[in-house]
Amino acid sequence: MSTRVGVGTKILGAAAFVSLGALAVFALVVAPPDERQGDAQRLMYVHVPAAWLAYLAFFVTAVASVLWLVPRTRSTTWDLLAGASAEIGVVFTGLTLVLGSLWGRPTWGTWWEWDARVTTTAVLFFLYLGYLALRRTGATAQERGTRCAIAALIAFVDVPIVHFSVTWWETLHQEATVFNRDLDVQFEGFWMPFTLIFAVFAFTLLYAFLVMVRLRLAELDEGREERQLEEAIAERVAVTV
Amino acid sequence: MGRFPVLAGADLDVEAGDVVLLSGPNGAGKTSLLRLCAGLLPLRSGAAEVLGCDLARDRRSLRRRLSFVGHETFCYDDLTVAENLRFAARAVGRGVAEADFAIARVGLGSQANVVHSRLSQGQRRRLAFAIALARDPELLLLDEPHAGLDADGRAVVDEVVRVAAADGRTILIASHELDRVRQLATREVEIVGGQVRLPVAPDPEPVEVSP
Amino acid sequence: MNMFREALLVAGKDLRIEARSRVALQQIVPFGGIVLIVFAFALDPDRGLLPRVAPGLFWTAVLLASLLSITRSFSIEEANGARDGLRLSGLDGGAIFLGKAAAVALQLLLLEVVLGFGVVVLYDVSVRGVVLIACTTVVATVALAATGTVYGVLAAGLRARETLVPLLVLPAVTPVVLGGTRAFEAALAGAPSDGWPWVQLLAAFAVLAVVAGVLAFGPLLEEDS
Repeated sequence: MSTRVGVGTKILGAAAFVSLGALAVFALVVAPPDERQGDAQRLMYVHVPAAWLAYLAFFVTAVASVLWLVPRTRSTTWDLLAGASAEIGVVFTGLTLVLGSLWGRPTWGTWWEWDARVTTTAVLFFLYLGYLALRRTGATAQERGTRCAIAALIAFVDVPIVHFSVTWWETLHQEATVFNRDLDVQFEGFWMPFTLIFAVFAFTLLYAFLVMVRLRLAELDEGREERQLEEAIAERVAVTV
Repeated sequence: MGRFPVLAGADLDVEAGDVVLLSGPNGAGKTSLLRLCAGLLPLRSGAAEVLGCDLARDRRSLRRRLSFVGHETFCYDDLTVAENLRFAARAVGRGVAEADFAIARVGLGSQANVVHSRLSQGQRRRLAFAIALARDPELLLLDEPHAGLDADGRAVVDEVVRVAAADGRTILIASHELDRVRQLATREVEIVGGQVRLPVAPDPEPVEVSP
Repeated sequence: MNMFREALLVAGKDLRIEARSRVALQQIVPFGGIVLIVFAFALDPDRGLLPRVAPGLFWTAVLLASLLSITRSFSIEEANGARDGLRLSGLDGGAIFLGKAAAVALQLLLLEVVLGFGVVVLYDVSVRGVVLIACTTVVATVALAATGTVYGVLAAGLRARETLVPLLVLPAVTPVVLGGTRAFEAALAGAPSDGWPWVQLLAAFAVLAVVAGVLAFGPLLEEDS
């Protein structure tokens, strides 16, 4: 069994690498600094894509989980994909939170805000961690697949509920607290929005590449488990001959 | 009634009313075979049918129609003999009366209000049998039913098996007590290394059992 | 036997075990109590802070205690192969879920009554809006019990289950803590109309959790650990 990734994945990787390089140029040199926030705003070119990926990865995990649960489409690949996407996703979620915090300090004056987006992303992070902990409870897809898939789906349904409940709380809070900070960055002109969209594109390529590589690794791992199992069975049968 | 292909491709057919002794060394797969028939183990490959239910697809519907007596009693330590029995009986729609009758049949009448954690090994085995019988099963799966029992206990097991066989139930018994069980069994099958074979004396080759 | 009666049978079994072993009464309720006291050590009782945050502290204590209840609900199925027994019993998975979740919910309600008294006494809270408080408590408890029971069976039999269950349950039930706290605050502030919408949110969550449990419990119970 070859340990290399396929051609498609290599092309993805090259495309991601090139795009990220171009992004670095756009984000650091070409795009102008923000009027109010200065260069700190450039963090957005990583923070926003990271947030997008945090949720995209989770969505992929959920879809893969459904495909595992439905008997007709059940296949080891879906379980492995769910896990691979979750691992990439948790990294991007953490990145989102850290970059958001780093951006928030010079902008808002605080490291953290308890608004709906930040809070939901924090809860998402822990939902991911729980899911990943669950994945370690079974060595093969057969053993862990169903419980992980159900956990992923519960979490997937839970995230919008968390977001909704905090949003609601915010709107009730408006009158009482000084909650009219401008949490959103204005992307004006051409280069700022362009760079942002390009950033999302570049990072999505990166995500796809990372997931494919991780999936390949997981397939090799799973293959090893299956082989060990088969060897154990063969040994057992050989005893009697 | 049942057809059981195992790893080496040999089949096992069991007719209704058979009392089959499964013999073989430890770790050969006797317990796994019984658990598979009970629907407790999933079928990874091949085909198997028990009580007319396909094991690959329909494990749950056959569970009410069989009983399994193994090393564990499946009971709750804090509940009494009667409470455990009634729970198991009511779960399959039988009444309290049937449960109490089963208690008497295995000779646990005076322990009916003793909690499970206080029962001896022999008493626990009897409770497991009482539960098994109270469910009125078509198929009885017994995994080393005599293990750990004293002479009285073993006699109770023999009696239970005899009566169940006379009632027309099908029984699979995995056991090391070959002499004892041979007297109760109508057939014997040997399980070695996960494969089913008849104990044809010196010939070690697996034999195909044809219907 | 229909699902409702099977659920009743399972709930009865769990409650009978609790009545005999008294784990909830002698261990989990006191645990809730000591959590309330720990909060007083952690937050300065002299600055009038405790009455203001009492709703949040109440629900946090309930949440932590519910983790113990969930773990207990499934640890009784560990001994003597009882889990195999449940599978062999022929009971419907959804019915077992409803029964176990109901038993947990009842034990939590008992805990909440005691902790309610605790909060009133220890944190000097004056009670208003009793109807809102009662409804919130019931709905939030169903939500907690149902969600916890799903994760409980999911982690049952796994080696790391005692640490997995809290990690899985806590992020998932954050909306319940939020809703319960806000509703309580509205009740105590004498503005119950602010609280009822939160009860609706809790009710929706509870319904979702129960549906998820009825569907998922059977397949999860079949999982070999």
